[in-house]
Amino acid sequence: MIATVPGKQGSGRFARGVHPPERKGFAAEAPIEVLPNPPQVAIPLLQHTGAPCEPLVKVKDEVALGQKIGEGKGFITAPVHASVAGTVAMPSVTTLPNGRHVRTIPIKTGPTQLSAEELKANLFGGDWPVSGLDSQAPEQIAQAAREAGLVGLGGAAFPTHVKLTRNEKRPVDTVLLNGCECEPYLTSDYRLMIEFPRPIITGALLAARATGAAQIIIAVEDNKPAAVEALRRAADGTGVEVRVMETRYPMGGERQVIPAALDREVPTGGLPLDVGVVVINVGTAAALAAAVLRGRALTHRVVSVTGAGIAQPKNLLVPVGVSYRGLIDFCGGLKPDAARVIAGGPMMGFALNDLNVTVTKGTSGIVVLTHEDLKQIEETTCVRCGRCVDVCPLHLVPTRLALASRYQDWDMARRYHLMACCECGCCAYVCPAAIPLVQLMRMGKAQLPNE
Amino acid sequence: MDAATQKPENVASAPVAVAPAIHIAPAPHLFGGVLTTRRMMVDVLLALVPVLVASLWMFRLYTVLQLAICMVSALVAETVFTKMRGRRPTLGDGSAVVTGAILAFSLPATAPWYVGFIGAFVAIGLGKIVFGGLGQNIFNPAMVGRAFVLIAFPVAMGASAYVAPTAGLDGLTQATPLTALKMLGQSTGLLPLFLGTTNGSLGETSALACLIGGLYLCARRTASWEIPAAAILAVAAISGLLGVLGPRTGWTLFHDLSGGAFLFGAFYIATDPVSSPLTPKGKWMFGAGFGALVMLIRRMSGYPEGVMFAVLIMNALVPLINRWAIPTPVGGPVPVKKTA
Repeated sequence: MIATVPGKQGSGRFARGVHPPERKGFAAEAPIEVLPNPPQVAIPLLQHTGAPCEPLVKVKDEVALGQKIGEGKGFITAPVHASVAGTVAMPSVTTLPNGRHVRTIPIKTGPTQLSAEELKANLFGGDWPVSGLDSQAPEQIAQAAREAGLVGLGGAAFPTHVKLTRNEKRPVDTVLLNGCECEPYLTSDYRLMIEFPRPIITGALLAARATGAAQIIIAVEDNKPAAVEALRRAADGTGVEVRVMETRYPMGGERQVIPAALDREVPTGGLPLDVGVVVINVGTAAALAAAVLRGRALTHRVVSVTGAGIAQPKNLLVPVGVSYRGLIDFCGGLKPDAARVIAGGPMMGFALNDLNVTVTKGTSGIVVLTHEDLKQIEETTCVRCGRCVDVCPLHLVPTRLALASRYQDWDMARRYHLMACCECGCCAYVCPAAIPLVQLMRMGKAQLPNE
Repeated sequence: MDAATQKPENVASAPVAVAPAIHIAPAPHLFGGVLTTRRMMVDVLLALVPVLVASLWMFRLYTVLQLAICMVSALVAETVFTKMRGRRPTLGDGSAVVTGAILAFSLPATAPWYVGFIGAFVAIGLGKIVFGGLGQNIFNPAMVGRAFVLIAFPVAMGASAYVAPTAGLDGLTQATPLTALKMLGQSTGLLPLFLGTTNGSLGETSALACLIGGLYLCARRTASWEIPAAAILAVAAISGLLGVLGPRTGWTLFHDLSGGAFLFGAFYIATDPVSSPLTPKGKWMFGAGFGALVMLIRRMSGYPEGVMFAVLIMNALVPLINRWAIPTPVGGPVPVKKTA
């Protein structure tokens, strides 16, 4: 069913960027383990980019695993579901790692739950068809994704059904599965690709069916040969092509992986859709397959708990709504020299001051760094060495943008294209003067007045 | 928006598992750490070692003397001026030492002690501190100091100051190659120019030493290779063209490249990051302009050599070049509607 489109193939590289130490070794060989159900989960009503949900359940309601408990209005939103079977407790407000305060629905875990094996088999195991998917109507696939509360699992948590809905004006010719996982330390996508490549392939075929794309590419960095091999074996005969990318941060960013894999450039301020591409994380593809073919809502995800500051680094399959502390405790807790707990990867993740925050659909990992990892150097003045310019994957001039943001010189900020910044952190990573470039630019982006 | 704005409310009540002191900071949480400002300055000093060796060989104790005067004066000036401004001492960043060294290498061997002393104070004071210290200066500090003493002490710094037959060194008995060319029409051999067995400022004579040190700087990315590359291309092109239009006996574009302070300036002075442009495109413009000005001053002005003024003039143009060389982001400029 899939014909290969004769199109340009990217070189597998993008210009500039950085190559931080990969440090995937902490958890790369740890198979995905199922986290025992916590006594309680707290489901935030906003875990995605878009409109927040309104609760559908009341206190003391009994809910089943996968039951929808919150639904949002509008197109760009995603419902939330109970990640354990149990009893609804008093709603409260929680702070997400990104600092947003959102309403949550706590659920007390009931006595009857799926066993770990059942859960894993349900989500990823068993047989996944790679043919006969034509019987699924494209609209039904998008609808199933919406009903399942599917969002991008790579971190940005953009509602998946929006990407899968066909748009007459902007046809899609390529589905690009993102298996780059370019952030150091993180291994959740890697483990999924090795252990469960089949649902990923099926999900990719379903996404192509929904969008009408004729070409399916999976992009994986060249530091994950085992994942490439597993995916290629699973994709044999399906028309899905695995392309190997150079290991370079931020390869996983849409604006980097699309040029690298397909030699197309996403316009600034635009979407991959503008160049006929839909980018989906490999984990999202697997969840899409489970949603469409098995009716499973997005209630669980794989999270890496890793870094030198954690006693036993692991990759865990966890219910959405469990607390970070629950994961860290299951991994033997923090080591005495732990210095920073990060939600997400070390390049773009958020440092936590409180471990009682909840895992959401967008949580890809917990990285615990030690004092040794965090070489603190004092901020000095910019000597205009231009290293930030040399590494910016978007070809910006970070030092100027940071200066403009610091002194609120909005003319200069616009002249140097402040809003094009993707906050990947390459500039701050190399800055010899340890200037908090990303923080300044984020501040500037938030404050830049409308024209 | 970010984690840094969260209230630290639950840290104190955390159980044993979080006994380690965790703290927060904005991303990225890793730091390349390969390079600091101080390390860049150390790189420049290391890159000057070949120049130092060539200079010691040629000018013996005069090199030691001028280096000592200029570097100590620069450090004293830095201390005095930062104290006057009520700032923390900034000697540790190493920039004052570098300024002193570059200044010393750009002086004639027999320049009196007060030339280096005053030059260093002007370099640090007028060249750097009045602008707000390291990173804020518009002009290369060492060149500001040198321009000042050149104009203030023409006898001690001018072309005639380089000739000191009584000093007891062979190198100091003849005019510098560029002066000989300008005033007497005499060409110097390419090999002496390349190896540095000619008269000249302390650091400039050996093209070979400048190339070795300069390539090290470029390899370390402490200096941007675009600037010397563009400068060399510009000088080669202009000198080659002039050579075709009006050949001079025994003087080729290679003589222009190896003679005078051109390579020393192209690798060590024009590449000063603070006073050069930020983007690769800007660096090409800057280097080409520098090379073109060097040739213009050498051929059209009363001065035999033009590196110092070329650097200062190009420094003044950097804000303009930066404006011309704003790179287009990947994906094109930010659409006006989307920013709103």
